Amino acid sequence: MTGLIQITMDALSLGGLYALTALGIGIVFSVMRLANFAHAELVTCAAYALLALSGHPTVMAMAGALLLAMALAVLTERAAFRPLRKADPATMLIASFTVSMLIQKILVFAVGSRVKPLDPLPALSQPVWIAGAQISQLKIATIVICAVLLAALVVFLRRTSIGLQMRAAAEDFTMSQLVGVRANQVIVLAFVLSGALATIVAVLFAAQMGFVQPRLGLPLVLTAFVAAVIGGLGSLPGAVLGGFLVGAASTLLQSLLPSDLRPFREAFLFLAVIVVLLIKPNGLLPARGMKERV
Amino acid sequence: MATSGYELRSEVNTLQQLLVRAVPMLALLIGLLGVMFLAEMGDVVTQRRVILCLINVTVVVGLYTFMGNSGVLNFSAVGFMAIGAYTAALVTMQPMLKNTFLPDLPAWLAATQLPLVAGPFIGGLVAACVALVVGTPIMRLSGIAAGIATFALMFIVYVVLGNWNSVTGGQTSLMGLKTWVNLWAAGLFAMGAVVLAWLYQNTRWALALQASREDAVAAMGSGIRIVPLRVGAFVLSAFICGMGGGLYGHFQGTLRIENFFLDPTFLYVVMLIVGGMRSLSGAVLGAVCVAALAEALRQVEIGLSIPGTGVTLSAPAGLADVALAALMLIVLIYRPQGIVGGSDNWGEKFLNRRATAGRPAVAEASRPAGETT
Repeated sequence: MTGLIQITMDALSLGGLYALTALGIGIVFSVMRLANFAHAELVTCAAYALLALSGHPTVMAMAGALLLAMALAVLTERAAFRPLRKADPATMLIASFTVSMLIQKILVFAVGSRVKPLDPLPALSQPVWIAGAQISQLKIATIVICAVLLAALVVFLRRTSIGLQMRAAAEDFTMSQLVGVRANQVIVLAFVLSGALATIVAVLFAAQMGFVQPRLGLPLVLTAFVAAVIGGLGSLPGAVLGGFLVGAASTLLQSLLPSDLRPFREAFLFLAVIVVLLIKPNGLLPARGMKERV
Repeated sequence: MATSGYELRSEVNTLQQLLVRAVPMLALLIGLLGVMFLAEMGDVVTQRRVILCLINVTVVVGLYTFMGNSGVLNFSAVGFMAIGAYTAALVTMQPMLKNTFLPDLPAWLAATQLPLVAGPFIGGLVAACVALVVGTPIMRLSGIAAGIATFALMFIVYVVLGNWNSVTGGQTSLMGLKTWVNLWAAGLFAMGAVVLAWLYQNTRWALALQASREDAVAAMGSGIRIVPLRVGAFVLSAFICGMGGGLYGHFQGTLRIENFFLDPTFLYVVMLIVGGMRSLSGAVLGAVCVAALAEALRQVEIGLSIPGTGVTLSAPAGLADVALAALMLIVLIYRPQGIVGGSDNWGEKFLNRRATAGRPAVAEASRPAGETT
C-alpha cells in the first residue's frame, strides 16, 4: 500500500511537470506549427533568474523569473521565428534548435557551465507522512500547482475572448485571420503563455533538482517533447494526457524494470514514441486541422 | 524548383551531358584536394582541424543522401555514426587491448582483428543493416513526425550504446584505438562519399525520390512507391555516416558516447541546412564553411593580429560559440535554402549561359522539348 501511494505520487508529480512543459510547447505549436525546442532555454533562464534573485523574497524572485522568461519567449518569437513564419515546419524546427543552441552558448559565456546549488522553495523541503508513506511536500505542491494551472488554462481558453481566438487560430489559422483574429497578437500571447509555464516548471524542477546549470531544461524538454508527440502535437488535452502517460511510464519503468535493464529506461520511452507515431502519426488525441489536405 | 530537376535529368542520354552533370561534383573533388594540399603545408594543429572537417564532410554528405533527396528530416545520422565508430573500433582493436578494456566481450568478437582500413567499411555496413531494420517502419512518416521519430532513434542508440557495458564500455571512454586516419585517409573517404552520393543522386531511384520530395501526391500518382525508395536512401545514408563514425574514432583514438549526442546532431543538420539541403555542393560547402567559420572565430578568441596594421582582434573565451550559433541562425532566416540555394546544376547553368550567348534560339528551343517527356 505504502509503495503504491509512493509510486502514484511520484508518477503524478513527474507527470504534472511533463504535462506543464508539454503544454508550453503545445500552445506555441498549436498556433504556429513550431515545435519550439528553445522552450528548454526558457526553463533554464528562468531558473538562472531565480538564482540571481535568490537573496530576495521568494515571490519577488519568481516575479523576476516570470518577467524574464516571458520577455525571452517574445524576443525569440520576434527575432527568429516571425521571419520564418511562412517557412515549412522542418525549417522552423531547425531554427528552434539553433535558437536553443544560441541561448545555451550565451548562458555558458555569461555565467559559466558550472553547476550551482539553488533551492527556490526551501519551505517545502520537509517530507510529510501519508498512510505510512513518506512523501515530500514538494511533490504534493507540484501536483496541486499543476491541477490549479490546468484548470486556470481551461477557464482562460474557454471563457475569455482571447482564449477563444487562440482556439480558433489553433484550429485553422488562415480562417481565424479572415474572421478578424489578429495573428501577431495571438502568436505573441502563445509565446508569453509558454514563457509563464516555463517559469513555473523552472521553479518546481529546480526545487526538485537542487541546482542549476546551462543545460537544466534540456532533458526535461526532451521528455516533454515525447509527451507532446504521444498526446498529439498541437492538441492541448493531448499534451496533458501525454505528460501524465510519460510520467507514469517513466516511474513504472524505474520501479518495475529489473536492475540490469534500468539504465535503458529512456530507450523504452523513446521506443514508445516511435511506436505511437507509427500507429497514430498525429498522436493519441490529434489536434484538429493537422491533417494535410491535397 | 518544382520541375527543374526532373526536366534536366530526363535529357541525360549522352555522355557529354553526363559530363556536364559531373562538373559540380568534379569541382567539389578538386576543391577538397586543394584543401588537402593546403593543409599538408600547415602545422599539426591546422592539419587536425582539417581532418576533422573532412570527416564532417563525409558525415554531412551521408546526411544529405537521405535528407537532400527525400526532403525528410533526419536527426539519426549521429546515431549511425556512433554505431559505425564502435563497430570499427571493436573489429580492428588488438585482442589483448580488448581483454583489458572490455573483458566481458563475446568470445568471437574478442578474438577478431581485421585490418584497420576495413574498420570504416564494416562500421558503415553494420550501420546500414541497422538502418534497414529500423528504417523500414520509420520511413512511412514524414514532416515533423519523421523528425521526432529519427530523433528518438538517435536517442535510443545513445542510451543503448552508453549502457551496454560489456560491448562498448558504457559511460567510460573506449581507449586504445589506433589513430591511423591522417589527412589523406580522411580526404579520400570524403571524396569517396561525394562520388557515392553523386552516383546515387543520378540513379532512377533517387530521381523518383526527388520527385516525391517536391510533391508526394503527384509522385504517388505517377506510380512511385515512396517508402522503399526512402528506405534505400536511408540505408545508404547510414552507410556513409557509419563510415564517417569509423574514421572519427580512429582519428581521435578514444570513443566517448557523449560525442555522439545532441551537440553534433544539431551541428550536422545545421551544416547541411546552412550549405543548402537540396544539393551535394551545399552539403560539402556547409561542412567546410561552418568549420572555417568556427576556426576563424577560435583564432579571434585566442587573439588574432592582423598583419601590417598592428591591430589585435581578441574576444573573451566562449564568444566564438555564441557568434557561430548566431551566424547560423542568420543564415537560416535570410537564406532558408542555404548558401548554395537548391540545386546541383550550376555546371549546367554555366554552360547553358555560354551556349545561350552564342545561339539563343537553339538553346531556348531545346528546353520545352525536354519538359514534355
